[in-house]
Amino acid sequence: MSRPGFVLDVDERTPPLIMHQGESFRLERLPLGSKVIYPPDSLPGIRDVDAEIRHALLHPHGTEPLPELLRSGMRLTIVFDDLSLPLPQMQTPDVRQRIIEQVLEMAAAKGVDDVELIAANALHRRMTPAELRRTVGDRVFHAFFPEHLKNHDAEDHDNLLHMGKTRHGEDVEINRRAAESDLIVYVNITLTAMSGGAKSVSVGLASYRSLKHHHNVHTLRHSNSFNDPPNSAMHHSYERMKGLIDEHVKVFTIETTLNNDTFPSSMGFLNKREWEWNVRDQASYLAVKRANEMLPQKTRRRIWQSTAAPYGVTGVHAGLQSEVHPLTLQNVHRQQLTEVNGQSDIAIWGLPYICPYNVNSVMNPILVMSLGLGYFFNLYKNRPIVRQGGVAIFYHPVPNEFHPVHHPSYIDFFEEILTESTDPVLLETKYEEQFATDPWYIQLYRNSYAYHGVHPFYMWYWGAHAMQHLGDVIFVGGNRKTTTRMGFRAASTLADALEMAKDTVGSSPSISYQHAPPLALADVR
Amino acid sequence: MILSLEYHRSPSRFVAARGLTSTRVGSRLSGMVAGNVAPLRLVNRQAQELPGDGWTRVTPILSGICGSDLSLLTGHSSPYLSPMTSMPFVPGHEIVGRTMDDLPGIPKGSRVVMDPVLSCAVRGMEPCRWCASGHQSRCDHITAGRISAGIQTGTCADTGGGWSRQLVAHASQLHVVPEDLPDERAVLAEPLACAIHSVRRMPIEPGSTAVVIGAGTVGLLTLLALRELTEVGAVYVIAKHGHQKEKAKALGATAVIEPRKAVRALRRVTTARMHTPEMGADFLLGGVDTVFECTGGASGLDTSLRLARAGGTVVMSGMPSGGVDLTPLWFRELELVGAYCSGADGADFADALRLAGSAPLDGYVGTTYPLARWREALNHASDSGRLGTVKVAFDLAR
Repeated sequence: MSRPGFVLDVDERTPPLIMHQGESFRLERLPLGSKVIYPPDSLPGIRDVDAEIRHALLHPHGTEPLPELLRSGMRLTIVFDDLSLPLPQMQTPDVRQRIIEQVLEMAAAKGVDDVELIAANALHRRMTPAELRRTVGDRVFHAFFPEHLKNHDAEDHDNLLHMGKTRHGEDVEINRRAAESDLIVYVNITLTAMSGGAKSVSVGLASYRSLKHHHNVHTLRHSNSFNDPPNSAMHHSYERMKGLIDEHVKVFTIETTLNNDTFPSSMGFLNKREWEWNVRDQASYLAVKRANEMLPQKTRRRIWQSTAAPYGVTGVHAGLQSEVHPLTLQNVHRQQLTEVNGQSDIAIWGLPYICPYNVNSVMNPILVMSLGLGYFFNLYKNRPIVRQGGVAIFYHPVPNEFHPVHHPSYIDFFEEILTESTDPVLLETKYEEQFATDPWYIQLYRNSYAYHGVHPFYMWYWGAHAMQHLGDVIFVGGNRKTTTRMGFRAASTLADALEMAKDTVGSSPSISYQHAPPLALADVR
Repeated sequence: MILSLEYHRSPSRFVAARGLTSTRVGSRLSGMVAGNVAPLRLVNRQAQELPGDGWTRVTPILSGICGSDLSLLTGHSSPYLSPMTSMPFVPGHEIVGRTMDDLPGIPKGSRVVMDPVLSCAVRGMEPCRWCASGHQSRCDHITAGRISAGIQTGTCADTGGGWSRQLVAHASQLHVVPEDLPDERAVLAEPLACAIHSVRRMPIEPGSTAVVIGAGTVGLLTLLALRELTEVGAVYVIAKHGHQKEKAKALGATAVIEPRKAVRALRRVTTARMHTPEMGADFLLGGVDTVFECTGGASGLDTSLRLARAGGTVVMSGMPSGGVDLTPLWFRELELVGAYCSGADGADFADALRLAGSAPLDGYVGTTYPLARWREALNHASDSGRLGTVKVAFDLAR
């Protein structure tokens, strides 16, 4: 039985605590009385994942077993989450591969010939052949790539289908092949509560025309938080779109959840609570940290990026999305939810080396912002862990570094647009359309491996709720130029950051540290 | 005897100056090199004799230090020009001064600026085809006639130059300065006339886009000319320094861009496509209609060629130095247009004097030096951008 999540009150006996800081980490001693939010212990993984998958496919929720939905002559489209999930990448075989192989076996048994596989990358960069292969496995890759295993192309207008508008006037436009299929089988990994469910098809296969209805400042500011779907305007929009999609095409969903085994055994201490470290963990910490610091930056990044998590699968549920997703969310909550009593004046997060948009890439300043003020700040239900007008302290070096192939529009966004303003509404009004329709960005998105031109705007909107909520944002160890450009402040140490925060929250602030990764979702009472 | 700064023949010093300023570190010391290594000396020379009728002695009041002067002193001017100079000569061609002799229509004591081109009329020759058609800057006779070779005052052994207490000038070179135009603005007339000439070298379509590379004197005045004399649309200025950005904005730049961001920024505003070659800088497919290269540097010209749209125009306003990859010129079928001095039979100068009076050019001549402090002056001029100055000039009355 795994222990539930809990909140530690820092006292004299509390050891220094792990703080992620980009492609590094450190032990940090927090002020006495600080609260530390830990996720539940990692849940045990399912022993026979293949059997669980088979069971889910044959005993789905709210629909017939998958084999009964398959027939000769039908158009079957298998859609799967792209490389933004899970984080870090999981050790192979990827659970998507296991599911896809079983779906294909069932399809073959039923004589289904017209099968396409599509990565639901929306406006994310295309997955490279190697990344696709890693996700779906050798067998599927060799059988389907490249003709029948593709990335979704949100700018291939001939292959998009406008299904109509929701009652709120939201355009629903998704991949034509999927939309005109007899059956979509969606293969999902739900790492956080924001993923999966109605989001899968309505976002993963959508175009800018459709996405802009929920990926905007207004919606994000009313998604409190986007990890709490009932209170998320973004998810309400997904649901409306899903309703329209369901009228056009049948979707059979397979959702999976993972446990909190985020780091491999060589870095197993990162998965554990610090006071439970044994001698081996302490030695590992010293060895890994020392080696990490000695490595050249490129090598260090390559090693971090190639680190695969030994995740265990905690749930596989298949069937109708509306019936499957609540079960999935239960699993996510079982693994990540920790009750927290009240908000604090200051919240601290250590930001790791990875976010959904820098897999095999570079975490540029905009992505750091989105990871901190977007993903981590929004790891809450009910209320943020920090009060309105409070201070967020993040640990990250925020280097002024961009991947020129993956993030070309980010460079222009950072160099030109943020120099004018950091106000999400102003940027959205003045520049979003220009970036979204820029032919060069579109060309790079379609033919190279670039995120769509509008993507940095979405990342900026991701932090819009936090920016509105917080009184100050400080990056410990942050590059002064990049943090200042984004409207934040940099401090050399936690002590300096707390000193700087005094202007906003006074000299005796309450402090919460959300200890992640592994991810913890704070249920703030 | 006339106190003058004299440039004399010394191949070894020319080469040494060139060598020293060719490195990254050396280029930062170009002012020091210009003052200490270049074959330049402060001397007392015999006063120039008037070469004939229609000439007058001129006492300079202010004489600017031009980028082309600095290029000469750091050994970066092209040897191509050497047959068209006569040594020793006194540099300085941006001059406001007073005449010392009566001329028809220009009484003694008149305050004048001068077109430095030493064309057929100056040389007492029958007009060549260019001078006859009002294009004196293209004169074919600049090595002939009654004075020695020299493309302009400041490169001719017989005329003297602005960096002295006295020179000689022909009536055809002189333009009387309106009484209400201060010397500090009048001394900008010559570079402004050049800028006006450059924007008149080819038609600028109404609403078309332009880029001005460099925001020193030539770049800023080119921007002014574009805004005042054409119906150009967006004008983007590539500027290194903060004060240049402010001045460019005051003159109507649509946006001012740092050099390292130029290609990306212009790609975005022109919705062009950017490509990165295996070697060399990024370039655009698409881009701007007209690029004015106002730095005189090879990298400025290289950037210009990479920014212009297919069929677009690159105007070379700065005196060029160094070689560039001309592949874009060929591949994108660009027009490469030279713009030297002024033209239009004096009309550019007339417009320059008018604009010098009305445009927001206060503070452009930021610092003046007496001739005795010439090394400091050259040092300052070499580093003027960083030091927040547009134009450094000699004050010959001090």
